[in-house]
Amino acid sequence: MTVALTVNDPVLLAFAEDVGATGPVAIEGHRTRWETGGTPNPSTRLVNAPTGIVDYVPDEMTVTVRAGTPVEELHAALAEQGQRTGLPERGGTVGGALAVGENSLHVLGRGRVREAALQVRYVSNDAKVVTGGGPTVKNVTGFDLPRLLVGSLGTLGLLAEVILRTNPIPPCRRWLRSSSIDPFVVNDIALRPSAILFDGTTTWIELEDHPAAVDAERARLAAIAAVEVVDGPPTLPEHRWSLPPASLASLGDLLDGPWVASVGVGTVWASEPQQPTSPDAVSQALAKRVKDQFDPHGRLNPGRTPGVK
Amino acid sequence: MAGFLRSVKRRLNLEPGANSGDDDPVVRELKAALSDDRVRYDGAQRSLLSRDASVFDGGVAGPVCFPLTTAEVQAIMRIAAAHERNIVPRGAGTGLAGGAIPLGAPIVVAVTKMNAVLEVDVANRIAWVEPGVVNLDLTRHLLPMGFHFAPDPSSQQVCTIGGNVANNSGGPHCLAYGVTNAHVQAIEVVLPSGEVAMLGGIEAEPAGLDLRGAFIGSEGTLGIATRVAVTITPNAPAVKTLLLSFKTVRDAANTVSQIIAAGIVPAALEVMDQRITQAVEAYVNAGYPVDAGAVLLAEVDGLGESIEIDADRIAEIGQSNNALNVRVAADDVERAALWKGRKTAFGAVAQIAPDYYLHDTVVPRSQLADVLEKIYEIADRHDLLVMNVFHAGDGNLHPLLVFDGREDGVIDRVHLAGAEIVRVSLDAGGVLSGEHGIGVEKQAYMDEFFTSDDLDHQNRLRQAFDPGCRTNPGKVIPSGHSCADIQALNRVPKGVWA
Repeated sequence: MTVALTVNDPVLLAFAEDVGATGPVAIEGHRTRWETGGTPNPSTRLVNAPTGIVDYVPDEMTVTVRAGTPVEELHAALAEQGQRTGLPERGGTVGGALAVGENSLHVLGRGRVREAALQVRYVSNDAKVVTGGGPTVKNVTGFDLPRLLVGSLGTLGLLAEVILRTNPIPPCRRWLRSSSIDPFVVNDIALRPSAILFDGTTTWIELEDHPAAVDAERARLAAIAAVEVVDGPPTLPEHRWSLPPASLASLGDLLDGPWVASVGVGTVWASEPQQPTSPDAVSQALAKRVKDQFDPHGRLNPGRTPGVK
Repeated sequence: MAGFLRSVKRRLNLEPGANSGDDDPVVRELKAALSDDRVRYDGAQRSLLSRDASVFDGGVAGPVCFPLTTAEVQAIMRIAAAHERNIVPRGAGTGLAGGAIPLGAPIVVAVTKMNAVLEVDVANRIAWVEPGVVNLDLTRHLLPMGFHFAPDPSSQQVCTIGGNVANNSGGPHCLAYGVTNAHVQAIEVVLPSGEVAMLGGIEAEPAGLDLRGAFIGSEGTLGIATRVAVTITPNAPAVKTLLLSFKTVRDAANTVSQIIAAGIVPAALEVMDQRITQAVEAYVNAGYPVDAGAVLLAEVDGLGESIEIDADRIAEIGQSNNALNVRVAADDVERAALWKGRKTAFGAVAQIAPDYYLHDTVVPRSQLADVLEKIYEIADRHDLLVMNVFHAGDGNLHPLLVFDGREDGVIDRVHLAGAEIVRVSLDAGGVLSGEHGIGVEKQAYMDEFFTSDDLDHQNRLRQAFDPGCRTNPGKVIPSGHSCADIQALNRVPKGVWA
């Protein structure tokens, strides 16, 4: 067998040693979402994930990257080969983006963060380097631990290194704006826009494809209403809401203050935070059992709970 | 184990014929909770549901239940728990890794009668469906509304959405659209305790751990899905299907790698070698060239302006890799014929030999040509016929060992060759399974892919869902790492009619 099962990378082993097997420990990235899921206990020992791109094979459309690497740095390296990932570009680290699990503004075109991770390597509550998933773009070998780790806020294991799916950057990317088009009609008729944003009066549409296709799509939309090419999306309010896509049609009744909604997705950026919503009691109890299995002593990121605003 | 269980079956007298099972309290309670006609204990039904589409022989089905509602599935789980009996969930039984075969004599829960499309919610781009809905039936239901369900396994005419969820199923068009996990937003699950949990949600970013994602691909070991919210995908306005023929499989494989490297992600990229192409042509007369060493079926979809550019580029890449011919399907009829050929490939081999063993591994795309050469060499060395038909764009190989099981010693050679195929795939940096799952088939290899700590963590997930380890025990996680005592599963529980 040439497959090296045991992780021998001294960088990952040093990180595992740093995490250790006792005492509360939290992982610190760039603190862009430090309060998400609850504030970590201030006395908790902080560790930093290792950094750097380990292996990038553009032809395979995969990249192996350590969790502490800034998303910006990763995407800059991928862009040199005409590729990107589904991780949001909002500052922060790869590990942080995965641990939080917030989707990119461009989720319709780039996919959900939870689908980006092919393999995860994390340090467990007892300082072991554990691997879930695998290196190929398609894989059903064993239970899907990468899905479980994404969005878990470091409460099940501390991400050390991941293999991410990459995607080609389309040759032409363009934002359109219209104050007279119905964004829900755009969602019905436009083929695979990367984003449709709506603030109650104005609609922004991101198209990505070959230039000829973007031009044709723009012409189709222009036949319905006046559209203009703009540089990018609007400024987004601070707080992030998560709703079913259909409920965006009556947002004005729900929200005070300015908001921007991602039509076809259900994310809304608003001035006020969303009231917490919880999974059903059985699912919560199940999540608690998962936590207890992976971290029986509650030492990983104490004070944080996935799903708590 | 198989020999022991064959003798158990003989002892159980699993001949066709009625047996009510009413002397078994478990059967009586199940009948009271469901109905007499939906709890079957006759030899014919138990025998039928003791197998799936795999080559694996396990135990025997205990009572076979056909629930209609979530409440009935809950009742089954609670009766099973009270009597400490194991459960095996089952859809259409098309799995190829033995994931749906019983070990011991568990209660088999066939969800095939829970087959309603409950709601198509176009505004939210989802459909709520029951687990027994057949994959292709769902797509047929959605087509008039302008949508389809993207995962399209070759078994889509019979396989169920519940089975797709359990196996995280793929299919040719998952290259661009993603596998089942990317198309399931919420799952109502009956846990082994009998409780009902809603995993995931239809909102943009459901709160809490992604237990939905963890459930998908768990091969029926974490509970039973009773309702599924699947994403409905708009039908592409334009489709172009190209058929490229090559002198060698290597040329076809290199074309695939270079298409992906060029930044094109087609909807599908499927390769068939000459042997399987000839079998397909003889079977359905789909219009494939029988003199080529390999054919590549490439499909692009999207905006008309876009697919023209991608199709031209694919043709150029094919020609630079010595394509003998590049043909574009002229119309929907020709496209449908080509796809019919591809999707009936496994049926076509019956003309060549009565039995086949279909493998499923994934390798990095750049390794496709080298690994395929090794697979031909392995088959030659074991004096076996191998055919290759595969999801080339994903690097997902499906070597098909074709044989006549009546030939002395052939089964041993098939298993030896299969083991070598798995190992060359792993050596090339690949994985054990791309879409068929581990089931019982590949448990023995899990130790070669994961460390003991990795498997321990998978088992932790399992135990959080199923502390008693009663739902499809003995699958996926190998003995020694599993909560299930796999050897003990050979025993038929006390009280089972014999």
